[in-house]
Amino acid sequence: MKSVLRITVNGRAREDAVAANALLLDYLRDGLGLTGTKQGCDGGECGACTVLVDGRPRLACCTLAHSVADGTVETIEGLAHNGRLSRLQRAFHEHLGTQCGYCTPGMIMAAEGLLRTEPRPDRDTIRTALAGNLCRCTGYVKILDSVEAAVQAGEEAA
Amino acid sequence: MNAPERSLKRVARAASGPHGAGARRPFVDGVEKVTGTARYTADLPADQALVGKILRSPYAHAELLEVDISEALALPGVHAVITGDACDMPYGVIPIAQNEYPLARGRVRYCGDPIAAVAAVDEATADAALARIRLRVKELPAYFKAADSRQPDAILLHENKPGNIERQVHNEFGDVEAGFAEADLVREHTFECAEVHHAMMEPNAALATWDAERGHLTLHSVTQVPYYVHLTLARCLRMDPAHIRVIKPFVGGGFGHRTEALNFEVICALLARAACATVRLLQTREECFLAHRGRPEQQTRIRIGLKRDGRITACQAEVVQRGGAYGGYGLVTILYAGALLNGLYDIPAVKYDGYRVYTNTPACGAMRGHGTVNARYAFESLLDMMAGELGLDPIEVRRRNLLKAPTETINGLKIMSYGLPECLDWVEQASGWRERRGQLGKGRGLGVACSHFVSGSAKPVHWSGEPHAVILLKLDFDGGVTILTGASDIGQGSSTIITQVVAEILGVDYSRLRIIANDSAITPKDNGSYSSRVTFMVGNAAARAAENLRALLITAAAKRLQVREDEVEWLGESAVVASDPAREVAFTDVVEEALVATGTLTVKGTFTCPEEFQGGKHRGGAVGSTMGFSYAAQAVEVSVDPDLGTIKVEKVWAAIDCGFAINPMSVEGQVQGAVWMGMGQAISEETVYEDGRHQVANLLDYRVPTMAESPEIDVHIVESIDPNGPFGAKEASEGPLSGFMSALAAAVEEATGARLTRLPMTPDRVFEALHPKSRPAREGAAGGNR
Repeated sequence: MKSVLRITVNGRAREDAVAANALLLDYLRDGLGLTGTKQGCDGGECGACTVLVDGRPRLACCTLAHSVADGTVETIEGLAHNGRLSRLQRAFHEHLGTQCGYCTPGMIMAAEGLLRTEPRPDRDTIRTALAGNLCRCTGYVKILDSVEAAVQAGEEAA
Repeated sequence: MNAPERSLKRVARAASGPHGAGARRPFVDGVEKVTGTARYTADLPADQALVGKILRSPYAHAELLEVDISEALALPGVHAVITGDACDMPYGVIPIAQNEYPLARGRVRYCGDPIAAVAAVDEATADAALARIRLRVKELPAYFKAADSRQPDAILLHENKPGNIERQVHNEFGDVEAGFAEADLVREHTFECAEVHHAMMEPNAALATWDAERGHLTLHSVTQVPYYVHLTLARCLRMDPAHIRVIKPFVGGGFGHRTEALNFEVICALLARAACATVRLLQTREECFLAHRGRPEQQTRIRIGLKRDGRITACQAEVVQRGGAYGGYGLVTILYAGALLNGLYDIPAVKYDGYRVYTNTPACGAMRGHGTVNARYAFESLLDMMAGELGLDPIEVRRRNLLKAPTETINGLKIMSYGLPECLDWVEQASGWRERRGQLGKGRGLGVACSHFVSGSAKPVHWSGEPHAVILLKLDFDGGVTILTGASDIGQGSSTIITQVVAEILGVDYSRLRIIANDSAITPKDNGSYSSRVTFMVGNAAARAAENLRALLITAAAKRLQVREDEVEWLGESAVVASDPAREVAFTDVVEEALVATGTLTVKGTFTCPEEFQGGKHRGGAVGSTMGFSYAAQAVEVSVDPDLGTIKVEKVWAAIDCGFAINPMSVEGQVQGAVWMGMGQAISEETVYEDGRHQVANLLDYRVPTMAESPEIDVHIVESIDPNGPFGAKEASEGPLSGFMSALAAAVEEATGARLTRLPMTPDRVFEALHPKSRPAREGAAGGNR
């Protein structure tokens, strides 16, 4: 059965008819066409579907859409400003924190969540914070480099 | 020296600076990836598509007596239900070993073998339809270990393969007996490697549209080799290939899983045709594990002869691989394991016996370092153990056995460039090998190993006489250059490398270049992204295409400048008269001139591996042949907790001879990814079957290392400048993987005194190796037996 979901997605207030059992992941991908958020596993294993709910990382594949009613959701599509890359997006692009790119949206959103609570994390803090996000291409080294570069860029801009 | 009779023309490296070959460029498709706008197969618009689903066998081995789909077909909302009757053409990547049907016919051979498939209006209806399919079967004895399949009374999985042996290989090069007789030390040991899986991040998916009016098919899929998928669809659907279009959108990794055409791709197409509609078939993570094609469980019995000074006199190996239920790439895998015992060191005699065995488990196939990884682990481990016995330094013993390029191995492999000595030098220095080895204290250790891999298989699977690679360039009125390639960028960055090659030779601004990969209706056929062939082969084709286009542009520039062609200096964004640089013509004006009377320019570049590089004349001699081997050395530092049996990889230093780094940042990324994937196999990854049922078909139980347990990996690039690679480049992404396991084993031995001869080195196995008296030691954990 569908009911109205009031929610803010990437800064836009919405009211959508959404099934009670719809996952946030499916609402974003199938309902809103925000396919940047990926499904990489059969539920909660890989982190590819990480989005921010009220500013904190959340697995969209294990979250009912209605459970975040009245909340704010941010996806990878909402990070760029006026079409320009965010500092994390730029860092991942320029430092090859992305190879195949499939884990990248979730990885960047998890990192974004980290930097909002911990603006200057050391490498081990990043490792711990992103340990729920699997990547099969990079061996993680350049992902760590990318997050550090974004931190650096943020400091230089400040 | 065995230098080749003819050497391909080397492309001169233009002095156009940082933007071409050799530049640390971000990926050309990186922006799409970091903004979420990159569309992978499951992201493609499919509002009107039917949902496809597959019914899989719950039996490991059974005769299919009846598959009753009548109730499923009667369910409202079901548009098609198909069984093995839908396709009677077996397929498989190797033309002489095609024994798999997209949907089982008469027999299922592993838990997960597809039996039937439905297309329905939504997921719930598709699930309900699957639940209404009734099976009547006669269960058969099932074999989950190679040794059980090989028992004389075992029934055959495939009637034409006695003993359930898919392929056996027996060859001897040089005089092995004499080699061992000459040795001062001969040792033999058996090494066991568990089966591992690619676990690429993007699950499998396909989107098929059937055009009933024309009888045409369009398939989007996650493939590494669209051309194999194309051929397989034509075969299985008995269609004219001209009526098929295969498109590869963004692909989230492959690592070999997607080299072969896979059953879900054919099933999706069959469903679309049966339903006369568009069908989307998304595979669960569990189904990806069942499609498998990973690295097989392998037992390697290896024997090496050494002189007291460390010179290798002979090597003998017997390899048994548990291949799974179908042929797949199996015969190539078992050949690779033997062929690439050669080509890393100078070994005068090598004997190899290999057995690829059918079992009732998901079919194995190609996985990063195809066939070579587990044999390399065994070889390097035993070499290391014997060096210890002789009191030789592990790096020194490797130095005693180096090759000298150009040369040819005893099994007919040509080695044209060889940067292994420099790799070893760097690893020794960077890891502090001389000062730190043996001095790290209790529970810590340092180990080293070497490895290598082909830069593209010199003989393609389908030997049609075509070039190995083709690139098209289109230059039009807008001054933009479009690169058309059939090479699949699956995240390894092939589109970026091809673009850099073209940018280097044309010298134009990057903003003029765009690359389209790959759509069979638009892009030229490519043999695919496997065996690390793309940089070498497609890179060479791209270089020639760019040279051909540049020649046309120079002709046009000469006309505009009213000079002879040899008086023109090509600067990329403009051309000048060499003797009078003030006389300049802009690129756009050159293009205008070039298009006069001909219009849009399309030029082609091709590359062909000459026959002398295609391996020895013995049976199977093509496998392992290549025009350029990459070389790698790595040192691994570990700490081991003796109470928990846990291994922490503290640091890795990896050096790669990739010939020439067209994009050093990408090379680093490939090496780090390869070394890390080797680490996963070494410490935690393994498939587990219980009565044939996959026990770990998810990303929690199949333990891919997370960021928390992954080390820093320092990479050093050695540029040996291969005479045939584009700008001297060779591969970088497979060779570095296979050194990790034995380097780790050596480091663990230094840390604990125990040499582990079984992968993965999970905490329970490490603990048992360290405490052999407290619990009965398990097979393969040879604690303290130095």
